Amino acid sequence: MDHFPNYWGMPPQESFDRYNIFQDKTKNNAISDPTTNTKQPIVTGTSVIAFKYKDASFGSLARYREVERLYPVGEYTVLASSGDFSDFQYVKHTLDKIMTKEYYTNDGHILGTPHIYEYLSQVMYHRRSKLNPLWNAFVVGGYHNGEGYLGYVNLLGTTFQASTITTGIGMYMASPLLRKAVEGHEDTLTEAEAVDLVEQVMRVLYYRDSQSINRYQRAKITAQGVEISPLLSAPTDWSIGKDLRGYQ
Amino acid sequence: MNRNQYDNDISTWSPQGRIYQVEYALEAVKQGSAAVGLRSKTHAILLALKRSSGELASYQNKLIRIDDHLGIAIAGLTSDARVLSNFMRTEAMKSKIMYNRPLPVYRIVSAIGDKSQVNTQNYGRRPYGVGLLVIGVDETGPHLYETSPSGNFLEYYAISIGGRSQSAKTYLEHNYESFADADVDELIVHGLRALHATLQQDKELNTLNCSIGIVGQGQKFEMIQDVDLQRYLDMLGPQGTGDQAAASQGEAPMDTE
Amino acid sequence: MSFYPYTDNGGSALAIAGEDYCLLASDTRQSGEDYKIHAGYVPKAFKLTDSCVYAGVGFSADGVALVKRVRQSIEWYRHAHEKTMSTPALAQMIATVLYSKRFFPYYVGTILGGLDENGRGVVYSFDPVGSFEAELHKAVGSGAELIQPFLDNQVNLKFLPEVERTPLPLDVALQIAKDAFTSAAERDTKTGDYLEIFIIDREGVNVERFDLKRD
Repeated sequence: MDHFPNYWGMPPQESFDRYNIFQDKTKNNAISDPTTNTKQPIVTGTSVIAFKYKDASFGSLARYREVERLYPVGEYTVLASSGDFSDFQYVKHTLDKIMTKEYYTNDGHILGTPHIYEYLSQVMYHRRSKLNPLWNAFVVGGYHNGEGYLGYVNLLGTTFQASTITTGIGMYMASPLLRKAVEGHEDTLTEAEAVDLVEQVMRVLYYRDSQSINRYQRAKITAQGVEISPLLSAPTDWSIGKDLRGYQ
Repeated sequence: MNRNQYDNDISTWSPQGRIYQVEYALEAVKQGSAAVGLRSKTHAILLALKRSSGELASYQNKLIRIDDHLGIAIAGLTSDARVLSNFMRTEAMKSKIMYNRPLPVYRIVSAIGDKSQVNTQNYGRRPYGVGLLVIGVDETGPHLYETSPSGNFLEYYAISIGGRSQSAKTYLEHNYESFADADVDELIVHGLRALHATLQQDKELNTLNCSIGIVGQGQKFEMIQDVDLQRYLDMLGPQGTGDQAAASQGEAPMDTE
Repeated sequence: MSFYPYTDNGGSALAIAGEDYCLLASDTRQSGEDYKIHAGYVPKAFKLTDSCVYAGVGFSADGVALVKRVRQSIEWYRHAHEKTMSTPALAQMIATVLYSKRFFPYYVGTILGGLDENGRGVVYSFDPVGSFEAELHKAVGSGAELIQPFLDNQVNLKFLPEVERTPLPLDVALQIAKDAFTSAAERDTKTGDYLEIFIIDREGVNVERFDLKRD
């Protein structure tokens, strides 16, 4: 039954209906309107970069103001997102739910990085197949069975694993830098070198990606678990600017 | 007519605090032929005695493969077991599809427990008439569980269910301490001896009336049946009048049924 | 802006059926839009049974989803019949699965390579909606236009003066596959990085990996 007397056969009162706490059912009502799906992202974040190095995998990203886009899932996994922020929040919530269920089942089994990655990939592909995508590119990084693990999945459900992964504009600009530094050196790259590499790549992204600001976070995942850094900035040098000619 | 007043349906307690319908279902498990399960540090195995209704009939299958890491032995109503095994296969596949993870053994066993329990509480339902031995390997090693129509499930070092299974249990209780470090062949011989103990005096284990299921760390669930069994029956040695079993378990009290 | 649920991840695959073997080869590059290369080693060929290998090129997510579905069906078939599916049965089943999404297709070019029940090499190729055909050799994917005529010439001896036809030995087929891919990788930007060759014979399935151009 309809519990709102306003709806009981009253003709619409143009003069006061729009001030009413009850919505006119015939106008702009979430229940009666046709179903709509996301056609474009709204609040977005830019690049994520990630790579493997000696006994760990490593994630990082440029930030959108103070908004965190690195999120730990369980003890050995970090989820990094670029793209729509509300969809990222939804995914965080969903993953938290399944991790909580894992925890209270209490049988010695906890979803590891590959399992979380598979689940997320299935969710992403399923949503694209309903033509109602989660507008993100995700990187899942972690440490599982003595090895670093990195996986990518995006709004189409496209997946791949590699020793270096980037998203967004970073796919154009950071990929070559990372591949050159990391591929073939996954077992020898030290943590200090990895930290330097992140800073170098973040600086390039800040210089060239107009959507970015110079704030990023870095996650490190090792056998000891997840460490997410506080806010970082890459030192930049704009002194060349005064010598530029022709752009006023 | 001395009918029990409290056993007409599943949702009626007896004044003694019993639910007769559930207990009757437990009896159905004992009507089935015996199944034995054993576990070592690396492997879990199942052995089952197969029945045939006569010379002209085939032997009823007692082992069912659920997944590469999971298998069951059944005792009781075969058709109920088919429903449960179908459920288990579906769940195992779901785990693989959704998480790329072989279904943890405890999860499927407790799911069966939950499913069975529903049938012990709602009016108009009937409990499953089958008991299962579930073996499987997951990240926490090999496991052996028993499930029953009451919804109960327990993990074991070694266990047997079905007709005359008490004799097998007695054998297992005497010998289980050596199972942990046993290799697969030793485990199977122990299993065959336990299974042999459930036989009637004049019966013997042969390639037709038993089957073996093995799963281990790095070894997919595999069934040994028919001619492949001969190797293990040879290891068991002469079966005679149950000397084999009696010799290693002392005085085995024979189960009367 | 509206959501388009497909993308082309590129890549090529070929299969050659021999007398008593079958060979299936595919590159492992996954490309993205605008000349992006997602990663160099993302296999798109998968062993299905001891006598059958699948390769799917086009939209990678659909390819992966299709393999998952097919593997499920193989498992249920095994549960029901206590045997593995034969390659011809698999081909028919894959066609049915593809057609079941006739109006929202799996955007993949599919080939199956394997042995039939008699141990003879067979190749099946499918279009995205399940139309399929048994063939002796086939190339699919972004480099197919480059590879197919080469196979027609080298395997089927087309466009040559009348020559004696003898069964193609495995080592020759292997060389043809490698040459086909080195050439395709030169001209097709979406084919490259590594080449995976599956050899299916009575012994089972063996995989070999070779380097391709990485640029």
